[in-house]
Amino acid sequence: MTAGRAFCFGDNIDTDLLAPGRWMKLDEAGLAEHCLEAIDPTFAARVRPGDILVAGRNFGLGSSREQAAVSLKILGVSAVLAVSFARIFYRNAINLGLPAVIFPDAGRIQDGDQLQVDFAFGRVENLSQGWTAAMAPMPPNLIEMIAAGGLIPHLKRRFAAEPVA
Amino acid sequence: MAQSTLVEKIIARAAGVAAVRPGDIVVAQVDFAFAHDSSGPRRWQPILDELGTGLWDPSRVAIVSDHFSPAADAESAAILQLTRDFARRHGVAAFFDMIGICHLVLPQQGLIRPGAFIAGGDSHTPMAGAFGAYAAGYGATDMAAIVATGETWLSVPQTIRVEWSGQVPHGVTAKDMMLLLCRELGLDNAFKAVEFAGDSVAAMGMAERMVLCNMAAELGAETGVIAPDDVTFDYLAAAGRPIEDRLSALALRSDANADYAAIHSFRADALAPQIAAPHSPANVSDAGDFADIAINQAYIGACVGAKIEDLRMAAEILRGRHVADGVRLLVAPASSRTLAQAAEDGTLAILARSGAILLSSGCGACAGYGAGVLASGEVCISSTNRNFRGRMGDSLSQVYLGSPYSVAAAAVAGHIIDPRDLLQRRAA
Repeated sequence: MTAGRAFCFGDNIDTDLLAPGRWMKLDEAGLAEHCLEAIDPTFAARVRPGDILVAGRNFGLGSSREQAAVSLKILGVSAVLAVSFARIFYRNAINLGLPAVIFPDAGRIQDGDQLQVDFAFGRVENLSQGWTAAMAPMPPNLIEMIAAGGLIPHLKRRFAAEPVA
Repeated sequence: MAQSTLVEKIIARAAGVAAVRPGDIVVAQVDFAFAHDSSGPRRWQPILDELGTGLWDPSRVAIVSDHFSPAADAESAAILQLTRDFARRHGVAAFFDMIGICHLVLPQQGLIRPGAFIAGGDSHTPMAGAFGAYAAGYGATDMAAIVATGETWLSVPQTIRVEWSGQVPHGVTAKDMMLLLCRELGLDNAFKAVEFAGDSVAAMGMAERMVLCNMAAELGAETGVIAPDDVTFDYLAAAGRPIEDRLSALALRSDANADYAAIHSFRADALAPQIAAPHSPANVSDAGDFADIAINQAYIGACVGAKIEDLRMAAEILRGRHVADGVRLLVAPASSRTLAQAAEDGTLAILARSGAILLSSGCGACAGYGAGVLASGEVCISSTNRNFRGRMGDSLSQVYLGSPYSVAAAAVAGHIIDPRDLLQRRAA
């Protein structure tokens, strides 16, 4: 469950927009300042912890660079709602504990709308426009991984449970 | 008996089950894992430290420094140094330091094997599918978990079959076929595998097959794949690591009645050279439709577009010709071996005489890291695989994608042109 203000983008938001190659040698915080600057130069400065990114089809296509998801996390984005996701970005986001949520009605959301998203129940509430829409609930194992903080904390428990070979 | 696609057979074997169906969630044992200097050790080490573990099997891990190579500044040099130290400390014998791009270096070393389940820390990992492997790209956290445990979970993808028939005309390439496919199938085929087949594919050498599978990544596919045959076996034998059991490898093919999500058929003999306009690999038309586009830079590089075969295509256009005034042609051979081959067969002399500027073997400007990036407003035609906004430099630069023939022809003409115009003028 999360709540926040919507930042809306279109289809095919690629990883070069999210984490531009020419800033890739910066540390994660430095790189995050350039997130989406090619299409919205003020995004990194305006986005606040809890805000929700909303997009169309094939969000996160392109490179495997995990910094695309890391940058959004560093900027405080609490979830990405998109009509569809590119496979590697989707896995990266979940692995890092950033909820990537497939929401077919993302196009109804407008920039600045206040949203409340229930991942487990599969529901998006648009408080600004006064509607509620259903989506497929996120599978319990992915919710568990996100709740644990991502794949590594999840694995840490496993390594702690296993005797060292 | 259940009928399976090639990809389903590889996944079932890696998951230790008799058969899988699309949508099944399975845990696969990874046969071979690799990453480069950007996605690999610098991201893995903190995670391995946190887990208090090392590599599950250093003999199944390869590391290739190709992104920050050679170092242009102290930060890049530190990343390369960290990568080197990691490989030594963890006993990774398959460490290739600045000898070229991972997706070409690993096949050249004979390390890509038919039937393998391969996890790569780079989105163009599907290039290895040209050898009949399942080869998918992963982000750094996924890869760190894979090199720590030797396994990963996946939802079995649906397979799309793409059949090409007819002889590919002179001047037309696998790159043109893939650009057309990006337009026809779109870029959002996530959680699907693409199997290439048909007589056009059977007639191709490994270099062109690798182009098909490389750009399955642009389609958004999990992997591209081509059933192994004598062309595959001959390549691996020449790489010094022949296939011992050819019969088993030949059995690695889709069953006759396998269940495909879709089957698409295209004619290669009717295909013209294709160009992708900014800012998407799917924004594609015939090269002749872009004849008024003047260029500042022509770039021949990347895993997909700077193998020896690609350099020879460029040389075929450039022999006895010179790059147009006001245009710069940059050539970054994909590996040291590619450079040596080009030096030995005379290709390099043709490129140099034409005015080409030689760059080091690595990912370079394709990923926006290295030399050859663009200024605001500049126009480039490139043999690389992606032209997203800002990928190759300033966010107001423009990148067109084409085959090495198309890139070399534009460098000579000063604008985009159907490269067959120059090939025919030579023949006349």
